[in-house]
Amino acid sequence: MKLGAAIGQVAKAERELAAGLLAARERHPDDQDVFHLTKTLAEKERAHIGALAPHASRYDAKVDGGEPGASLPEPEDPSLQLLSDLRHLHLLAAGASLDWVALAQGAQAAKDTELLATVSECHDETLRTLKWTTYRLKEAAPQALTS
Amino acid sequence: MDRIRNPWGERTPYPRDGEWPTRVDLHLAGGIEPGDVDDWFISASILHSNGDEIDIAVKDGRIVGVRGDEHSRVNHGRLGPKDLYGWQANNSPDRLTRPLVRENGELRETDWDTAMERVAARSKELLADQGPGSHGFYTSGQLFLEEYYTLAVMVRAGIGTNHLDGNTRLCTATAGEALKESFGADGQPGSYTDIDHTDAICCYGHNVAETQAVLWMRMLDRLHGPDRPRLLAVDPRETPVAKEADIHLALENGTNLALMNALVHQLIARDWIDHDYVEANTVGFEELEKKVKDCTPAWAADICGLEARDIEAAAELIGTTERLFSTVLQGFYQSHAATAAACQVNNIHLVRGMLGRPGCGLLQMNGQPTAQNTRETGANGDLSGFRNWANDAHVEELARIWNVEPAQIPHYGPPTHAMQIFRYCEQGSIAFLWISATNPAVSLPELHRIRDVLAREELFVVVQDLFLTETAQFADVVLPAATWAEKLGTFTNADRTVHLSEKAVDPPGEARPDMDIFRDYAERMGFTDRDGAPLIKWQTPEEAFEAWKECSRGRPCDYTGITYERLRQKHDIQWPCTHGRPDGTERLYTDTDFWADADRAETYGRDLLTGAPLEPADYKALNPDGKAVLKGAEYMPPHERPDDERPFHLGTGRVVYHFHTRTKTGRAPELQAAAPEPWVELSHADADRLGIAEGDLVEVGSARGSVRVPARITDIREGAVFIPFHYGYWDTDNGHEPNGAPRAANELTITDWDPASKQPLFKVGAVSVAKVDA
Repeated sequence: MKLGAAIGQVAKAERELAAGLLAARERHPDDQDVFHLTKTLAEKERAHIGALAPHASRYDAKVDGGEPGASLPEPEDPSLQLLSDLRHLHLLAAGASLDWVALAQGAQAAKDTELLATVSECHDETLRTLKWTTYRLKEAAPQALTS
Repeated sequence: MDRIRNPWGERTPYPRDGEWPTRVDLHLAGGIEPGDVDDWFISASILHSNGDEIDIAVKDGRIVGVRGDEHSRVNHGRLGPKDLYGWQANNSPDRLTRPLVRENGELRETDWDTAMERVAARSKELLADQGPGSHGFYTSGQLFLEEYYTLAVMVRAGIGTNHLDGNTRLCTATAGEALKESFGADGQPGSYTDIDHTDAICCYGHNVAETQAVLWMRMLDRLHGPDRPRLLAVDPRETPVAKEADIHLALENGTNLALMNALVHQLIARDWIDHDYVEANTVGFEELEKKVKDCTPAWAADICGLEARDIEAAAELIGTTERLFSTVLQGFYQSHAATAAACQVNNIHLVRGMLGRPGCGLLQMNGQPTAQNTRETGANGDLSGFRNWANDAHVEELARIWNVEPAQIPHYGPPTHAMQIFRYCEQGSIAFLWISATNPAVSLPELHRIRDVLAREELFVVVQDLFLTETAQFADVVLPAATWAEKLGTFTNADRTVHLSEKAVDPPGEARPDMDIFRDYAERMGFTDRDGAPLIKWQTPEEAFEAWKECSRGRPCDYTGITYERLRQKHDIQWPCTHGRPDGTERLYTDTDFWADADRAETYGRDLLTGAPLEPADYKALNPDGKAVLKGAEYMPPHERPDDERPFHLGTGRVVYHFHTRTKTGRAPELQAAAPEPWVELSHADADRLGIAEGDLVEVGSARGSVRVPARITDIREGAVFIPFHYGYWDTDNGHEPNGAPRAANELTITDWDPASKQPLFKVGAVSVAKVDA
């Protein structure tokens, strides 16, 4: 049974996503929607780790880890920083989303309906973060690329 | 009667299902008798969104007064204080009468040709060098329909930029967004006449007594008559509405959504649900039920700072009435989780089946007089005719109407909202900003930032206005505009009533109607359609109206059955009005004929927490049959909350005597004298604790800035303070900025907006309050 490992993997991915969101917040204080929403979303992602905790103890998994270093890549052209950061957040959210998918599949195979309920609720919220990164990038790209 | 001391005048009570009695209000300049008036011209008010119908009195070519239209369905002859006195601003000696251009740092008078050539030259240069994204247009909620439509066509199809929005973003964006999310398209479901028939009135963040004085007169006449309806007020302040209310929920700023989730929770828990209506006409009930499952009155009471039993009582008022009428305004629209909270009001009407019947109405109110037209014509963040930017068929239809290539109309994302337009100006990617009939240097949040943006050397600013406003003082070119009563056109109020406003007098000096200014620019720019003919094919307002009718055909806001001639005869017609429905439409959704079908809808909807739009396929899967959508969101706390350093909630807002930044009302002597200066309202308990007495000078500070204003001690909720937002600097010695004496409420406000509607948040933000030692 590797469900414990899968839980640990999701928690790690969510921690990295939350840290990435907060790093983007630091970088974009004047894009106020990014500044405010990244904090809200980071709180959501962190809450997912808390929601996993009761399941983690059942599978002897570790969900609390060290704070990951939040390193957003530096784009070659600084005026494209917002696009670059959104791309990075998108990949973090996509990774976390896939980890949730794997865990959901495992939970179903193990007939763990309680774990499955938690996973599907949290996964929806991670998908929301994923969709937001796409939307915000679509919104920012026309101006960033033509100005 | 002194209509300054008693803004609502005498009561004329009437019973349920009765006719609201007529009361004709009149005000003429001193020494003028009705018999002296040469001519009367029909119009309606443009100093609020109620659309009070006004006859304008003219003598010797000048406006000398106003009279309420006794046949009006809107006001039955009544006028509010701003209607009675505001017209005097037209005759103000400091009207702009000639264009101004900046020379060596100073604004100098010039002729129209010089000013317009300068605008067109800069515009052409930027279009060639940087493309359409270099242009931004920020318009108003105070122009006429024909002017907005001309602007929308010129900007979207002529220049081809996405950067066009109105100051309606500040007042009514959430109304539009919430209606779109729930019903598929913008458009107020209800009618003012619902007040005549209802048993319960709920005002959500809507201080109707001050924002729409005549609408409040109608409510008061029911409240003071037989069969009194019950009244619920949701507002942190003890407003005139709250004083009349059966239940007043004075909740903490920023917590509306928690309250609304609890009200919906309670309706479900007590089974005050019209299950047949929900089943037949809505999607999303199960998800909504899940979202509010844990939102008990006790849970919300804790968050909102209310008593659980009062929330229960409010739910009972809503849940047990036979006819429910609701209105929503800035207390919700300009607060945290704005769209989500406003959608919950829609949800209440949907789950209770309270729509489309007399007395069962819902008005997501407008703030500004012609905001409805800004939205309809697409001079805000929508495409003309409530079309969906994400639906290629809608864009193709527009392209056919305008005879341009679809690719010329930007539709790769939602039109750029005002706050983002200013952000692009700040970054420098927008280098040409044309501001018409609005005053962002006073009305936008975080004013020091807005002043820095407007003052940018690289930003070419065009301002079109009646006066040298705070904003105009930053301009490179100032264009003097004609206003209400000086030009012909139509506009539409908050219950879809279309009005014709006649030209009663000539504009002062060389001032020109806004539509003529836009047309002049379009001509100089050489905007053409795909056959090389001029893009703007109309000369007169009536021709523009006829063009607009084609654009509106088949859409929710269908004007095809309206003509200028019919408006001259009938004065007021509610859209949609078609040849099959020539008298217009009193209530929408009488047959639950929503606009939510994917092919017709104005939007596919957004996620209310992040604002991310739904993909077309997701929307079709969610709502295959075009039913109303019960949309919900979980409550999250506001981004900025009071702390030890700044322990108070700030809310800004309106007073009954003034409109917007007082450009007009500050120049009407009675209105100006009634409220000449700003103030801060604070509670008795807070005043006692801080040693502040009535009239003491107080400094209010936020992370953005501070103001110094006198204190008014009121029954506002403890921990909350309120400052009217109308006051800037044009009538101080400082010109257009604080210069050491800050008093504009927006010195304090936060730059933050609702994720879905993009409406800035003027009702949340933390401030400190301290007495200034003499």
